[in-house]
Amino acid sequence: MLFRRPSDIPSSEITPKNQYLNRRKFLAGAALAGAAAAVGTELGELISPSLIAQANAKIDGVQKSSFSTSEKTTPYNDVTNYNNYYEFSTDKYEPAGLAKNFKTRPWTVTIDGLVSKKQTLDVDAIIKMAPPEERIYRHRCVEGWSIVVPWVGFSLSELIRRAQPLGKAKFVEFTTLYAPAEMPGQHDRILDWPYVEGLRMGEAMHPLALLCFGMYGEVLPNQDGAPLRVVVPWKYGFKSAKAIVRIRFTDSQPVNTWNKMAPNEYGFYSNVNPHVDHPRWSQATERRLGEFLKRPTLMFNGYDQVASLYTGMDLKKNF
Amino acid sequence: MIRWFKLVVFMACLAPLARLGWKAYEQRLGANPIEVITHSTGDWTLIFLLVTLSITPLRKLTGQLWLIRFRRMFGLFAFFYVVLHFLTYIWLDKFFDFHAMLADIARRRFITVGFTGFVLLIPLAFTSTSGWIRRLGGRRWQAIHRLIYFSATAGVIHYWWLVKADIRKPREYAVVLGALLAYRIAVWAKPKLTAGAPFPPFRKERERVGQPAPEG
Repeated sequence: MLFRRPSDIPSSEITPKNQYLNRRKFLAGAALAGAAAAVGTELGELISPSLIAQANAKIDGVQKSSFSTSEKTTPYNDVTNYNNYYEFSTDKYEPAGLAKNFKTRPWTVTIDGLVSKKQTLDVDAIIKMAPPEERIYRHRCVEGWSIVVPWVGFSLSELIRRAQPLGKAKFVEFTTLYAPAEMPGQHDRILDWPYVEGLRMGEAMHPLALLCFGMYGEVLPNQDGAPLRVVVPWKYGFKSAKAIVRIRFTDSQPVNTWNKMAPNEYGFYSNVNPHVDHPRWSQATERRLGEFLKRPTLMFNGYDQVASLYTGMDLKKNF
Repeated sequence: MIRWFKLVVFMACLAPLARLGWKAYEQRLGANPIEVITHSTGDWTLIFLLVTLSITPLRKLTGQLWLIRFRRMFGLFAFFYVVLHFLTYIWLDKFFDFHAMLADIARRRFITVGFTGFVLLIPLAFTSTSGWIRRLGGRRWQAIHRLIYFSATAGVIHYWWLVKADIRKPREYAVVLGALLAYRIAVWAKPKLTAGAPFPPFRKERERVGQPAPEG
């Protein structure tokens, strides 16, 4: 056979991932050392540690979480090559290539609005706020497909508590970077850039809501929302804003981008709900990537512990 | 000569399917293969419908009369790909869940219009043979086969209504279809205008010059 399929390659020939990564690190290190020697500068001055932290770097000290599902995780290749990331392209197979040179360092996040102290933080300072946890979550797209991803991060509440929002803050709004030169999809006004998403304070403080900077034990790939995103597993995927540059606390409900684009199709809440169809398609079932038959979609994507956030609310009206 | 050429074109029309099959065999259809198959067969249905519709204008405008000998083949390939598209939907996507499919057809307007476009093509494929042209008579046969205008329009609307935000691709199809249909309308309207006009057309044009342009 001319081409060998993965199944034909004996497992003994496949290099374990950590080994070839180490090899790469060694080569990169050697190259840097050589360059530093040539220019006569200290290695640390030549390149910031955060820059080294990029490109498939392992995240150390990741703790397991009781919030994780035991379901089979979706292959890394699928999660990194099938992305709804309109800032790069509306074609799900393109962000992987188009985001390759996206610069995630230096990166700052502005925290403002109704907080006691407005500030702009370096993303690496935010990442160090709390110990990283692995959270294996189901992730359901509004389009009717789902994946299981081992995210790395910590509860969004850790950041919010440190930001000290004022008592009148009722909502949190997330804004994605607007940089058409780096995000080619933003040249077209498909959506009203920059991308904005939001959560009610109670939702954002729920321990399941994740501030995320990694997956599969590594630094988050660019096409999956690096350097910093949120993951709200009981809501449709578009609620989980990527490449966040601003976190603003408000007393009025933020207007999220998809809601602005089509208010009758995408609500502010957008909780996963098999009983409320999208006007154009059913939400009763979903295709888990890698599976042939569709499976039933679960209320709140199976995260029943959030139900108390919505007691007394008509979820058909507040879709 | 033309028979050989026909064979080459026939094989070329099968290429999109062969490519899909090869990619599937190589397991290179990506994370969501069923979606890729659905989109690809849908795309090729629309492309073949538009190619079929462009034969007549091309033939008239270029004087290349032999083009007509390919129209039936292109039309039948449009039908071939829409059948694959439909089979993908009922088999791979819905897995013969007829209850869900009926609900879809009744409730989802993009499915309703797409299904309509598919159904309209069935009589055309069925009566595509020379025997049926003879049996129906050219005029009646042609009248039936004008259903393709509605079918192609339904197909483009089907695509337009299913996209979430990025309407660029369905818009491309709509523009081409619009041009092809506009050609028909122009051909149909021209003799009527000239026949019914009290003055030669150029005179009419001149009279119009003095009038204010209509709004919008």
